[in-house]
Amino acid sequence: MPTSHTPTLTLTEAGSRQGAGVVASGTWQVHALAHDNAIKAINAQLKPLQGDTGVHWDLSQIDSLDHIGAQLFWNAWGKTRPQQLTLSAGQEEFFRRIEETGTLELPSTRANRLTLVMKLGMAVLLFLEHLKGFIALVGQVTQDIFRFARHPLRGPWREISANIFHAGFQALGITALVGFLIGVVLSYLSAQQLRAFGGDIYLVNLLGMSVIRELGPLLAAILVAGRSGSSITAQLGVMRVTEELDAMLVMGISHGFRLIMPKVVALAICMPLLVIWTDTAALIGGMVAAKTELNLSARYFIQKLPDAVPLANYMIGLGKGVVFGMLIALISCHFGLRIKANTESLGRGTTTAVVTAITVVILADAVFAIVFNGVGYR
Amino acid sequence: MNADSDIKEDNAPACATGSGDGQFDLHGHAPVVEISNLWTKFGRTVVHQDLNLEIERGEILSIVGGSGTGKTVLLRQMLGLEHPARGCVKVFGEDINQASSEQLQQLRNHWGMLFQEGALYSALNVFDNVAQPMRELRVLPEELIRDAVLLKMNMVGLGPEHALKMPSDLSGGMVKRVALARALALEPKLLFLDEPTAGLDPDLSESFVSLIQSLHRELGLTVVMVTHDLDTLFALSSRIAVLAEKHVIALGPTSEVIKVDHPFIKQFFLGDRGKRALAVLDEKKTEK
Repeated sequence: MPTSHTPTLTLTEAGSRQGAGVVASGTWQVHALAHDNAIKAINAQLKPLQGDTGVHWDLSQIDSLDHIGAQLFWNAWGKTRPQQLTLSAGQEEFFRRIEETGTLELPSTRANRLTLVMKLGMAVLLFLEHLKGFIALVGQVTQDIFRFARHPLRGPWREISANIFHAGFQALGITALVGFLIGVVLSYLSAQQLRAFGGDIYLVNLLGMSVIRELGPLLAAILVAGRSGSSITAQLGVMRVTEELDAMLVMGISHGFRLIMPKVVALAICMPLLVIWTDTAALIGGMVAAKTELNLSARYFIQKLPDAVPLANYMIGLGKGVVFGMLIALISCHFGLRIKANTESLGRGTTTAVVTAITVVILADAVFAIVFNGVGYR
Repeated sequence: MNADSDIKEDNAPACATGSGDGQFDLHGHAPVVEISNLWTKFGRTVVHQDLNLEIERGEILSIVGGSGTGKTVLLRQMLGLEHPARGCVKVFGEDINQASSEQLQQLRNHWGMLFQEGALYSALNVFDNVAQPMRELRVLPEELIRDAVLLKMNMVGLGPEHALKMPSDLSGGMVKRVALARALALEPKLLFLDEPTAGLDPDLSESFVSLIQSLHRELGLTVVMVTHDLDTLFALSSRIAVLAEKHVIALGPTSEVIKVDHPFIKQFFLGDRGKRALAVLDEKKTEK
């Protein structure tokens, strides 16, 4: 705003003819007040006058006033009309309006006073609620899969194939890149240690076992949880916001059969394939590093691999892929369906879904390690 | 599209900025919004062709037209949210497509917009939504903001008991009221309304119309409105601009516009719905 009409207060001394008075002039509108922090100086001038009833206020010199400027005076007057007040014609309206609202108060917010124990209780209850919802979802999906198996021709084939394309095919690039790099890193680190006691040739055992049994499935699962898990949650959340979910229900299209089951099936199919793909990329990375670091030929590497890693480990890896895939899809859907129709809930839901999916995948991996303890070693 | 060739380029002389001294013409008598030789294209479709429109100070101008005639686009161009292919849009005498970001920011403090769906920040409650523009100025004390927000809420007929509700808990009519309170937060000189009564029941739209009327009187606003609702249109507008065939085909008070001989105007105003709305309007006038 131009500064030509800076809001100003002129004080006249108590000794003068009319007694103590205040004459306001200039533009008392919010932009003029905000400009160059004029409001700060004015507040400082108004403060000593607060509650002083003997002062004569003359606002008729103000060239334009608005509600915020008027409110400023009103607050300085202690929220009542001063006894001696001169207003110009148009200003009356502002103060009438303010007088009307002046008595309104904000409702008091109930402070959230929870003790530590209550907070813990809330957290446990929330967890149980999620668990219950999750179990219901698993039951729903199981039913839907049986329904699908009974009438396979009427199943949501198009949705399944679309999900396989998005979650599987489009993830090939990133899983290959990450797998390859992890293979290189692992191979380098192991090679250094192994060389120290002349166990160079055991690199194949070390690398093969860790990648195929453990790292391949885990890496693929973490990447898919980040990529597809978040997109599933966000997709369902936006469908909630735009009422698409309700529209489906109204048309009699079941969410479980058309949205959730296809995603679970699709991830159950493409995750094991992604695991093989990631394994391959990681082993190639390992081979490349072994060649440069230990001068171990690729041919030796490949010949040695079947002996070093028994078949059971491949099976465990594939099994992990299927389980991880289904878990990721189920968890993402669970959180996606709980998103409420606002932006904050959407963001929070997506974050929670990805974090939970990754945590649960690692938990499930630990379960696998315990259950298959002693299987697949030589 | 051979007409393209005889159209002047972006900085046509018609677009010369009025004052040039960085001062907006907020109180003068020049038109508040001046649109000259405006072209809008989406891909190869021309939506506006050489469109001219002036909006006078203190009036309530309604923009009507069939769907796809670019009413909302025109509104968004006045707000600088979209840019025309050529031609110029001046608001308060300032060409908003040439203005510096600083000028634009100052300009934005002098207008308010009511979006069709309200566009409330869903993460903030009603109070914070209305307080947001005031807090953005960063100098107003919180106590003053509190009082001013309650005042604005009172103006649009919302009691303080609604202040702490979240937008997702509000009904459609309440969302519009909160959005209007937010649009009015900084006491704008110019208010844009996009379908202000769409989605409201007749009773609510009636009260919304009288709300806008009283605010217009009280604050001396200039209002630019896009609407399909004939009742709102006739009750509020001091002038109506009809968009059709990529132009403003008629501009003037209701009584003049409905006399224009054009198939769209005939169909829009003098169809059954239009006649009913006009009859109601006449009845009301005689009652008064």
